[in-house]
Amino acid sequence: MRLELRGITKRFGALVANDHIDLVVEPGEIHCLLGENGAGKSTLMNVLYGLYEAEEGDILLDDEVQRFAGPGDAMAAGIGMVHQHFMLVPVFTVAENVMLGHEQTRGGGRLDLDAARAQVREISARFGFHVDPDAVVEDLPVGVQQRVEIIKALSRNADVLVFDEPTAVLTPQETDELMAIMRQLRDEGAAIVFITHKLREVREVADRITVIRHGKVVGEASPTASDAELASLMVGRAVELTVHKDAPTLRDNGLRVTDLVVTDEAGTVVVDGVSFEVSGGEVLAVAGVQGNGQTELTEALIGLEGDVTGSITLDGKELVGRSVRRILDEGVGFVPEDRTHDGLVGEFTIAENLMLDRSDGPPFVRRGALQLAFRDRFAREKIAEFDVRAQGIATPVGRLSGGNQQKVVVAREMSRDLRLFVAAQPTRGVDVGSIEFIHKRIIATRDAGVPVVVVSTELDEAVALADRIMVMYRGKVVGIVPADTPRDVLGLMMAGISPEDAKGEVTA
Amino acid sequence: MSADHKTTQLDAPLSETTRTVTLVSWKTAGVLATVTLLYALLLVAVPHSGDTRFLLSQRSDFFQIPVVVLPSAPLAWVCAVVLLAVTAVAAVLTARRRRTPTWLVVVYSAAALTGFLAWAGAGSPRDLSIVGLLGGAVLWSVPFVYGALGGVIGERAGVVNIAIEAQLLGAAFTAAVVSSITDSAVAGLAAALLAGALVSLVLGLFAITYHVNQVIVGVVLNVLVVGLTSFLYSQVLVPSAETLNSTTRFTAVPIPVLSDIPVLGPVLFRQPLLIYLMFLAVPAVWFALNRTRWGLRLRAVGEHPKAADTVGIDVVRTRYNAVLVAGAVAGLGGAFYTTVQLSQFGENMTGGAGYIALAAVIFGKWDPVRAAFAGLLFGFASNLQNVLSVVGSPVPSQFMLMVPYVVTLLAVAGLVGRSRPPAASGEPYVKG
Ligand SMILES: Nc1ncnc2c1ncn2[C@@H]1O[C@H](COP(=O)(O)OP(=O)(O)O)[C@@H](O)[C@H]1O
Ligand SMILES: [Mg+2]
Repeated sequence: MRLELRGITKRFGALVANDHIDLVVEPGEIHCLLGENGAGKSTLMNVLYGLYEAEEGDILLDDEVQRFAGPGDAMAAGIGMVHQHFMLVPVFTVAENVMLGHEQTRGGGRLDLDAARAQVREISARFGFHVDPDAVVEDLPVGVQQRVEIIKALSRNADVLVFDEPTAVLTPQETDELMAIMRQLRDEGAAIVFITHKLREVREVADRITVIRHGKVVGEASPTASDAELASLMVGRAVELTVHKDAPTLRDNGLRVTDLVVTDEAGTVVVDGVSFEVSGGEVLAVAGVQGNGQTELTEALIGLEGDVTGSITLDGKELVGRSVRRILDEGVGFVPEDRTHDGLVGEFTIAENLMLDRSDGPPFVRRGALQLAFRDRFAREKIAEFDVRAQGIATPVGRLSGGNQQKVVVAREMSRDLRLFVAAQPTRGVDVGSIEFIHKRIIATRDAGVPVVVVSTELDEAVALADRIMVMYRGKVVGIVPADTPRDVLGLMMAGISPEDAKGEVTA
Repeated sequence: MSADHKTTQLDAPLSETTRTVTLVSWKTAGVLATVTLLYALLLVAVPHSGDTRFLLSQRSDFFQIPVVVLPSAPLAWVCAVVLLAVTAVAAVLTARRRRTPTWLVVVYSAAALTGFLAWAGAGSPRDLSIVGLLGGAVLWSVPFVYGALGGVIGERAGVVNIAIEAQLLGAAFTAAVVSSITDSAVAGLAAALLAGALVSLVLGLFAITYHVNQVIVGVVLNVLVVGLTSFLYSQVLVPSAETLNSTTRFTAVPIPVLSDIPVLGPVLFRQPLLIYLMFLAVPAVWFALNRTRWGLRLRAVGEHPKAADTVGIDVVRTRYNAVLVAGAVAGLGGAFYTTVQLSQFGENMTGGAGYIALAAVIFGKWDPVRAAFAGLLFGFASNLQNVLSVVGSPVPSQFMLMVPYVVTLLAVAGLVGRSRPPAASGEPYVKG
């Protein structure tokens, strides 16, 4: 089926998320939508899928204008979508998720689970998946959950398939498998929209590439274009894709983690016997697919996890068992993974957010009263130093773009005397310009002799910043390897294969 | 396909699961220890002597079982020892990071109950009727069970049904009026169903359509219905009590053969229609929730409304449907007050039963069958005071009135394990 979008415009209040976007996807073609975070790719696909109603524009399937009142209509018309955030009910089984919305029933209104199971098995067999129809979705690894999403779309005979950033949650090898699946689907005649901001993937599978920037189509690119060309089209200017840094100068001080075990509320051991050391002046990057214990590791470092055993020492002082306040007082800076949720108070101003962790005494508070003049002076200095682009220090942080929000968090965390710096996903959802800036600051912190731990699920970022890379899988450390380890080896390690085996497999 | 061998190669790590440990809390052991201590204090501070007469059959029964007479003080102390032993076992298990099994809690509860009854009935010339104790429990549990079912249905769809109290009371009122006018208990029941659904409609309007905080809407509705029914009661029902407030009630319908089984027969099978309906409603709700399309969609909407939306399920309609059914079911429980228990409506006669039903929902971990058993437990606690006042127990009746609430508190606080409510419970669904 041929898909055509004509002049789609979608606004959120004053923000124009999609500005007269035209797009044609032919059957038997993989069409890549390339654009930075926030460019408007997901919005466009949600319009296509009937989740959002566009202010202007038409959706055409085989040259016929469609009216979608909701996703049900879009689905009935043959559009399937694998969402960026999986649309699966976690406590349902695979079969239940696949049948939901188009259930077959037997006498007495009973669900026909057998039919759904058979359908899951049939589609799985076609693509060489191994998916148990009776497995509960939340127990499945993300890679398999994604296949459930694909099965879900195919079980409704979708001819147009949208993959919204499907690779964000996958290891490099799982990504390769997904690409093979997409090619197979294309060869069967499906029209495929593949959304990503990773250039490597685009060049690998795309038949055509459309680049979106700030809600507008800025051009088509050929799959043979170079990384630099694609990146500058995407960002709108030439960008520096590498991080410059000198060899590390190691100091004696540092962080030492021994046999750290973190158990979550459900009794799952999310960090399982992790030990490592980071010296002052060194960056340890923690790589791994999202959800393999990295988040909990960083939260344990700062004292946010409840059930922790093992030892964390900073410059010889034990941190396990101390309150967050006392850990911060030891000079730990922390950039949390989810800045809007854990890093900032959206309704507070920039100035207020910059002093959030300093409210317990001078110079920000004296005799119980906020020192407003000092606070504002401090804020003005920091937004200049950290290049926060905002109208002023009184702007609520929630109104800033992702990159500027993150710079506020980084500014706050870096403006204390640091003896350890921990950053989780420091550049997620941040524009390329801000990425450059934040990376430079992290390297500057390292060069000042501070031990730095950076968690990143983007392998490129981990490799760029790291002096050493620690790969985590299922809460355990798979290995700690030098930063120049080949990507293939790192990718296999992210799937839980030991460094030795991974090296063997890559050279074989 | 070239990806084939890679797929198999990666399968091993993909399907491997994360290590888990069993988390145990000292909550259960703590509650058991507290109750044991209170019980022992009671025996020491207010010792009773004499015998307790346990009556197992009724005079009308086909099979006659003689009255069991036991010396009260020794029996009470034997039970105390059992309580202590179970508490000790629970403590040891917890220390070894193992869970206290449910059967131990059941043994504990049975011992606590026996001991308490032995103590309370000591020296009384009258018999302590076990049938009265259990049959009354079934009867008293009716509003709790129906209310809890209504709570479960609503919350599984993502709408917290705090308004159970309002549904019970509104239904009790409506059933009284309709049953009085029509001289038909069945008509009263039908009216109760509608009244419950009507309260739900208001809840749905604010909670689903206007995204108002569901807890607030529920509480406001509860207060509103108390006020409204009290007003109508004093202005309309009291002046014409003869025509509007003297209901036709359901009478007990013994089921042939089954009702002659000793003890269980009269407890389960010599009850009014509304109770038999309850026996059917519990498995029916379970089946509907877990085995039908209606239930699958309802649960999807309560767990992940957006996922349901993306497969073409109308979230708002599904939630309205669930909330209306929930209200109707809770309404059946309300009918109990005026078509089974009493033949007239009284001001605020539900007296907080809706909140106990809500506790049963949580105690039952959002499962209709478990919630019904929780309702039964609370019904038992409510009935205890009636039975004891008949025996002429020395316990002040005001004290006994607290029992159902204390049991609820202990049960929900101490014995509910880690349970997970439906993920989207209480969250309005806003599209886009
Ligand atoms: N529901 C919404 N309400 C308001 N703004 C939104 C909403 N969804 C997306 N946006 C905004 O629209 C822009 C485009 O977002 P999105 O389509 O998710 O980008 P992409 O998928 O390309 O990363 C962003 O600035 C985002 O903040
Ligand atoms: Mg997106």
